[in-house]
Amino acid sequence: MTAAVESPTFQKDRPSLFSRIFDRWLIKLTILAIVIVWVIPTLGVLISSFRPGGVVNATGWWTVFTNLGSNEWTFENYDAVLNSEGFGNAFLNSLSITIPATVIPITIAAFAAYAFAWMEFPGRQWIFVTIVALLVIPLQMSLIPLLKLYVNFDLNGTFPAVWLAHTGFGLPLAIYLLRNYIGSLPSSMMESARIDGATHFEIFTKLVVPLSVPVLASFAIFQFLWVWNDLLVALVFLGGEPKVRVITLALRDLNGSRGEQWHLLTAGAFITMALPIAVFLGLQRYFVRGLTAGSVKG
Amino acid sequence: MVATTDRQVSPPSPPGGPSPDEPKTNLTTHLLRLGVSLVVPILAIVGLYYAGTVLLDEDANRIAVVVMAIVVGVIGVFGLYVGMDWLINKLPERHRDRVRPFAFVGPAIVILAIFLLYPTVNTVILSFQDSTGTNWVGFDNYTSVFTNSDTLVALRNSLAWVVIVPFFSVVIGLTFAALADLLSSKAEAVSKTFIFMPMAISFVGASIVWRFIYNFRPEGFGEQIGILNGFLTGIGQEPIAWLLQEPWNNFYLMVILVWLQTGFAMVILSAAIKSVPEEIIEAARIDGASEWQVFRRVTIPSISSSIVVVATTVIITVWKVFDIVFVMTGGRFGTQVVAEQMVTQFFTFRDSGIGATLAVVLLLAVIPLMIANVRRFQEQELTR
Repeated sequence: MTAAVESPTFQKDRPSLFSRIFDRWLIKLTILAIVIVWVIPTLGVLISSFRPGGVVNATGWWTVFTNLGSNEWTFENYDAVLNSEGFGNAFLNSLSITIPATVIPITIAAFAAYAFAWMEFPGRQWIFVTIVALLVIPLQMSLIPLLKLYVNFDLNGTFPAVWLAHTGFGLPLAIYLLRNYIGSLPSSMMESARIDGATHFEIFTKLVVPLSVPVLASFAIFQFLWVWNDLLVALVFLGGEPKVRVITLALRDLNGSRGEQWHLLTAGAFITMALPIAVFLGLQRYFVRGLTAGSVKG
Repeated sequence: MVATTDRQVSPPSPPGGPSPDEPKTNLTTHLLRLGVSLVVPILAIVGLYYAGTVLLDEDANRIAVVVMAIVVGVIGVFGLYVGMDWLINKLPERHRDRVRPFAFVGPAIVILAIFLLYPTVNTVILSFQDSTGTNWVGFDNYTSVFTNSDTLVALRNSLAWVVIVPFFSVVIGLTFAALADLLSSKAEAVSKTFIFMPMAISFVGASIVWRFIYNFRPEGFGEQIGILNGFLTGIGQEPIAWLLQEPWNNFYLMVILVWLQTGFAMVILSAAIKSVPEEIIEAARIDGASEWQVFRRVTIPSISSSIVVVATTVIITVWKVFDIVFVMTGGRFGTQVVAEQMVTQFFTFRDSGIGATLAVVLLLAVIPLMIANVRRFQEQELTR
């Protein structure tokens, strides 16, 4: 194969140096054009969020590039949104929702995945097949009955209501991913641990969990972004009370009440985006893996 | 034998399974299994409920509340499993190994039953009942969904969404992945990050970002601050009220989702392109194929299964799109979609019958995919 590459036919058909350089530039320009189109929306929001309100609503944000010396930057918009518009509180609410709603399904799914992979019990096969089928159920199917259930048990509007709902909606994917990974660990390792007298619980905590860190991380990032960015579940089960309101809902409300105050809207939007973007940039590798494996979620 | 069950190894089946010489499973075992399955979820729900009440009463220090929520969520649930395992070790020897798997898997099954299975069945039932869920109405809700003008427009729009958004996401994502593949690896990584980053942004956040892009001010209400209208007025054109232009406003909303989903398509397809064996590509080049022909005739056929996976995943996301329409237009100006109508019908019009019916419509469309998933999984299991 490598010899064939050097063959005369190949050399003859090679495009001229000029057209190759031209192609290179064309490729680079196309890439650059797409990147610019993709970045402009976020860039506009970022720049506007640091400009004084009067200026944002009077001139286009792109005018900052033509008078760079004007020095008209401010943190006031962030101050206003975080304090008087309640985004600070909403940010903390989102954290109190997101972290348990990420950790609880992982814990429950990890135990279940271990059982599906390494324990024998009646119904093991068909229960797992049911979980595979549940992967694509739209969560809209659960909203109405679950809301009625929550109202009956007086759970509606509480944090646990949302933790549990996200746990339920995230479990099929979590179990599916973790079971595939945990099931592929070498069986010889499990057996020798058993021979050494380890119980299932010890094997799980001391052997399986440490070895599964990559897959646990990918699911954690996936679920974290999903819950943080969720509007529907929080809207239905938690509601818009300022005390419990999450950050996506705060942004939605700001959009309703101050729809043309772009200095506030852009700052608010950027506050909601900051944490997921940071998580994403820091852990991109795991995120990509989770996305690839999780592309069947419903 | 019984005394050493804990250490027993049976190579063909996973360890811990019942061995043939043990007595048959009796009622006690079944009850114990049911019991251990229920204990963790019930204790968790009760515990979380009280924790949640405390969390919400605590007005003083929000940081402390966050820390407490994390502690309860993280340690609490794991602690329940530890306690359950400790209890099982107190059981009579003969029950232990038969009951233990259910302490591991039971809580998950119970939660799936409460949060997915029961609601799904219940929603199907509600779709055959009236707006308050008290009387049976047969197929009335379905007739109404397929004749009411609002829901018909929603169905039409949703169909347009599931064709157009996946198409452009895949085409742009594939183009970008193929071109970036030809760059130096550093330039490739950097440029891909920019396309991928919107994946981390919420639909609500993205909606605000794009409302700013589409911003429109009627004449006499100041300079245009939306970049599109800024551009139009800059070249001497009239500004356009983008979100009011029926039916084109639907396309302007679709652009937002294309912006969000292209990164996903690009990442998966880029990985697929890189896994096409170099030998096949070289062979085609030696045969005199141009780069375009190589891409068209060799690369695309080799990654067709990835294209299908990406397209179906995007289709599912698009089919359930709610937030974008809800925030951008509230479903007005002819932009309603099925998932948004489902919420509107249930929460605004208080009609659980129509709401449930629309949810069932959402479900019916993904059933072929559910079957395909199960089939693919069963094939994989055979080759494991």
